[in-house]
Amino acid sequence: MSPLVIILALGVFVAIFGIALVYVSSLLGPRQPQSQMKLTPYECGLEGERREDTKISVNFYLTAILFILFDIEIIFMYPWAVAFGDYLSAGNGVYIFAVMAVFLAIFIFGLIWEIKSKALEWE
Amino acid sequence: MGQDVFEITINAVKMVAIFLLMVQLVPVLVWVERRGSAFIQNRFGPNRVGPLGLTQLLADAVKFLFKEEYIPNGANRLLFYGAPVMALVPGALAFGSLPLSMPIKIEPFSISILGMSIATTKAYTFAFQSFDIGIGIVFVLGVSSLGAYALLMAGWSSNNKYSLYGALRASAQMISYELALGLSLVGVLLLYNTFTFSEMINLQQGPLTINVMGAVKEISFLPNWGIFFQPLGAIILFSAMFAETNRLPFDLPEAEAELVAGYHTAYGGLKMLMFYIGEYGHMLVASGLMVTFYFGGYNLPLIDSAQVVEHFVGHGLSANAAAVMGALALFVVFLAKVLVFLWIFIWVRWSLPRFRYDQLMDLGWKTMLPWALANTIVTAVVILVLRNKWVH
Repeated sequence: MSPLVIILALGVFVAIFGIALVYVSSLLGPRQPQSQMKLTPYECGLEGERREDTKISVNFYLTAILFILFDIEIIFMYPWAVAFGDYLSAGNGVYIFAVMAVFLAIFIFGLIWEIKSKALEWE
Repeated sequence: MGQDVFEITINAVKMVAIFLLMVQLVPVLVWVERRGSAFIQNRFGPNRVGPLGLTQLLADAVKFLFKEEYIPNGANRLLFYGAPVMALVPGALAFGSLPLSMPIKIEPFSISILGMSIATTKAYTFAFQSFDIGIGIVFVLGVSSLGAYALLMAGWSSNNKYSLYGALRASAQMISYELALGLSLVGVLLLYNTFTFSEMINLQQGPLTINVMGAVKEISFLPNWGIFFQPLGAIILFSAMFAETNRLPFDLPEAEAELVAGYHTAYGGLKMLMFYIGEYGHMLVASGLMVTFYFGGYNLPLIDSAQVVEHFVGHGLSANAAAVMGALALFVVFLAKVLVFLWIFIWVRWSLPRFRYDQLMDLGWKTMLPWALANTIVTAVVILVLRNKWVH
């Protein structure tokens, strides 16, 4: 049986399980008249700010952008690591290592540059 | 056709049973966590409901079920209700791909009703996991990072500043530590040269074997576990897992002194419980990965899985029964190993204080990422020197 079928079935099953839990608890809970004050978002008794007014530090965006770059670079290492053994037993270990060393040098340069440029400094 | 129905039934039962196993481990873990924290802090913990407070969680679950439905003003209803569901899925999918025990080999057997043989099945091999996907590591990494969506959905839809800040912190922290986590796995891949979990576990059978320039050295009293080849990688992976699961010392997303409860501030009742199931599911997957990569998976140290089956055959069981019994015995071994790591999760939570957010980010980007990189390079160089056939 193809694993993809089972993955799909499992995903659907878990989603239905979750939806059922949410639905059942909404059926069983007590129903009380909802006052307008009770429904306001929790904010320590003060008038809440609107979500659109919330300022978000630019560092979160920077982190996300840098993550994408580095994560893709790391994913490139996976097939290399898996193929490493085959190249070793064929006697081509130095070649495959040298090729990756170039890539790693760029990776390390990028990491150092990013740290030096203070992209990751949180105030 | 009848034989295919047998296979489909077994696969469906396996799928549901492994998911329910994950869900059912959560109350046990919550109990261990509460009793364990009480033990560490020298107090009693839950001890009123049932023996040792064991049925406390049943009582809690009933209470959760009968909680009032609450959705704050201005919340996005679809995302608000979808987030807890989304929190369940990644953990369940990732846990389903872990091999919990050795595959069960079923030899052809005849089905008989009232003494009459009606059909003979063919030979089957059932992996002791929901599905055996060849690219195990990549699948687990990809699926478990979907967990960040649940947090973002919850934080964004609640229309609450605390939730939003908690979700942002959580996702920034998860993606930052995913780099160190992903990079520390390159060492594992260099060591085993495969993406498949079951092959990695098979490679860890037997005594510790070191291949030095073609000469094979065997250390007979140690198992051939990955931890002896990748100690630094194991430490980095395990610490990054703490950040991935948002647990102390990396639980900034729910730092209660500043953010009330983080991304699930507006949630209550069963919906909050579902976030907990997601979190504990992540812990289970993390512990399972540690065991699979570094601690020999489901195998007993120095004992091959084939020997376990032979042991049961020696006790007069048929081949099929012995295969099932052997798999169940090794499943208990796997569970025991996983529970050790889960206990370490709990132990650390109640022993270490929380980081500051800039310290957390510095640790991820400026300490763990370079160390993981160094681990990769050193592993590659050592393997190159020791295993390469320098002469064709």
